Amino acid sequence: MGGLHYNGYVYIVCHLEEKMAIYSTNEFKSGLKVMLDNDPCAIIENEFVKPGKGQAFNRVKIRNLKTGRVIERTFKSGDSLESADVVDVEMQYLYNDGEFRHFMTPESFEQYQCDAKAVGDASKWLKDQDMCTVTLWNDAPLSVTPTNFVELTIVETDPGVRGDTSGGGGKPATLDTGAVVRVPLFVQQGEMIKVDTRTGEYISRVKE
Amino acid sequence: MSNAWQPTCSIESLRLRAKLLQKIRSYFSARDVLEVETPLLSHSCGTDPYLDFFTTTYEYAAQSNKLFLQASPEFAMKRLLCAGSGSIYQICKAFRKGESGRFHNPEFTMLEWYRVGYNLDHLMDDVEDLLVFLSKESLSLSTTEKYSYREVFTNVTGLDPFVFSVEQYSAFVIKHNRAEALTICGHDHNLWLDFIFSHYVQPSLGLSGFCLVYGYPATQSSLARINIENPEIVDRVEVFFKGVELGNGYYELQDAQEQNQRFDNEIQVRQEIGCPLVVKDDRLISALYEGLPDCSGIAIGLDRLLMILTESVSIDDVLSFSIQRA
Repeated sequence: MGGLHYNGYVYIVCHLEEKMAIYSTNEFKSGLKVMLDNDPCAIIENEFVKPGKGQAFNRVKIRNLKTGRVIERTFKSGDSLESADVVDVEMQYLYNDGEFRHFMTPESFEQYQCDAKAVGDASKWLKDQDMCTVTLWNDAPLSVTPTNFVELTIVETDPGVRGDTSGGGGKPATLDTGAVVRVPLFVQQGEMIKVDTRTGEYISRVKE
Repeated sequence: MSNAWQPTCSIESLRLRAKLLQKIRSYFSARDVLEVETPLLSHSCGTDPYLDFFTTTYEYAAQSNKLFLQASPEFAMKRLLCAGSGSIYQICKAFRKGESGRFHNPEFTMLEWYRVGYNLDHLMDDVEDLLVFLSKESLSLSTTEKYSYREVFTNVTGLDPFVFSVEQYSAFVIKHNRAEALTICGHDHNLWLDFIFSHYVQPSLGLSGFCLVYGYPATQSSLARINIENPEIVDRVEVFFKGVELGNGYYELQDAQEQNQRFDNEIQVRQEIGCPLVVKDDRLISALYEGLPDCSGIAIGLDRLLMILTESVSIDDVLSFSIQRA
C-alpha cells in the first residue's frame, strides 16, 4: 500500500498481488497453463504456420483443465493469452465426508476439499492416506490425479480355477475403493494387487 | 552434463546435405547458370509487412550504419541481372526474425535462381526438372501436379478466392470448427485467403509428388508481374510437397515505377500495423530503371527439401545446430 497526495486528500492505492503473466504465441510451449474463454487450459502442441508471403498463424492444441476436453485453436502469430495460476501439488488423501473428499499437503498441513466433479475418475483409485496430485487453480482444486500405480485390496472376486497361472482369460475383481479391474484367475479375494491407474489394468500381486 | 553442444542432425544428414548441394551445382552448371554470392548484410531490406528483420550496426569513418541481415538474396541478385550477369543461382543463408517451429528456423538455407528469357511456364518446368532430379533417388514420386490458385482453392473449399464474401467464408470456417477466423480476419480479404489456404488448402497439396500452384490473386503480388491476360492474377508460383511450402517464384516485375509504388504501399501498411521501420532498397529501384532483363526466378528452402528427402519430422533434424543450439 502506498499513499498518494492529491488535492490535500490522501488516496490509498492498493496493489493487488497480480502476478498474471502474458504469453505471446511464440512462448506457447507444451505444458504452459493459460486462460482461454475464461477457463484454465494447458497447451499441448503449438505449430507455427506461415505462408512464405503472408500472415503467420499458430495452430495450437489445448486442453481445457476443467473439462479435460482437447480443442484446436488458431491464433494470429504475436497474439497473447494470460497465464493461468495453475499448480500441481502433492497431497495426501484424508477421507470422504459424503459430499467432499478432503486432502492435505504433508508439509504445511493445509487442507483442501474437492467435490465429485474435481475428483472425477480419480475417486475409484483413492484410498485413505494415499498420496496423489491435486491441481489447484487460483488455490481451488481443479482436478485430482492418482499416482500411476496404486496398491489396493480385492474385496470381491469369484474363486479362480486352481492351477491356472497363465493369466489368460481373467475375471472381474472389485477393489476396496470400489474400482473393478480384470485380474488373472489365480488372484484371490483378500489379496493386494498393483494397478496402473492410467489404463485401469492389473499389473501384479503385492507380497505383504 | 548438457548435451547442447551436440548437433541436432545426424552425421548421415550432413552427408545428404553435401550430396544435395553437389547435385544442385551440377544441375545448374550443365545449364550454364552462373553461381554467384551476394552480401548477407545490406543497408536496406524488403518491405513485406509479414517479415521481421534482424539488424546490426557497423562503425565506419565515424559513422554508425544500420545493417539488415537479408530475408532473401532477391534484391542483390536482381541488381546483378540488371548489370548483365545473365542467368544466375545462389545457395545462401536467409534470416527471418520470429520464425521458429517445426518447419522454421530463423536462419535457414535458400536456393534462389533466375533464368533470363523464362516466363512463369518455363520456370515451372525448370523447377519440376530440378526437384525431380534431386529427389528421384530418395523418393518414389507421382507426376508433378500444376493447379491454378483459383482451381485448387475452389476444389478444396467450394469457395471462390477472387470473390470476397465474408458470409460464405465465415460459414465455411464455422462449419469446420474454426470460428476464431472471424475475429482474426475481420474484413480483410487477404487475411481470409491466408487463413483458409494455410489451414485447409495447403495440407492437401502434393501428397504423393510435387505440386505447383500458380496464378495468385493480384493482392498477393509481392514482386511478381501482373498477368497479361487477367489483371486479377499475378504470375507467381508456389511449390508444395506433402502440404509443406517449399518455394515461391515469380515472372519478375520489370517496371521500376510500379515496384517503387508497391514498396511504398507496403511501407505504409507496415506503419499502420506498427511493424519496425525498414529501409527501402533504392539501389534495386535504380537498377530496375536501368532495366531488368525479361526473367523468372524462384527461391526454394533447402532445409525443408532435405526434411522431405529424409522424411524428417522437424527442421532441427536436418540442421547441424538449430537456433536453440546455435
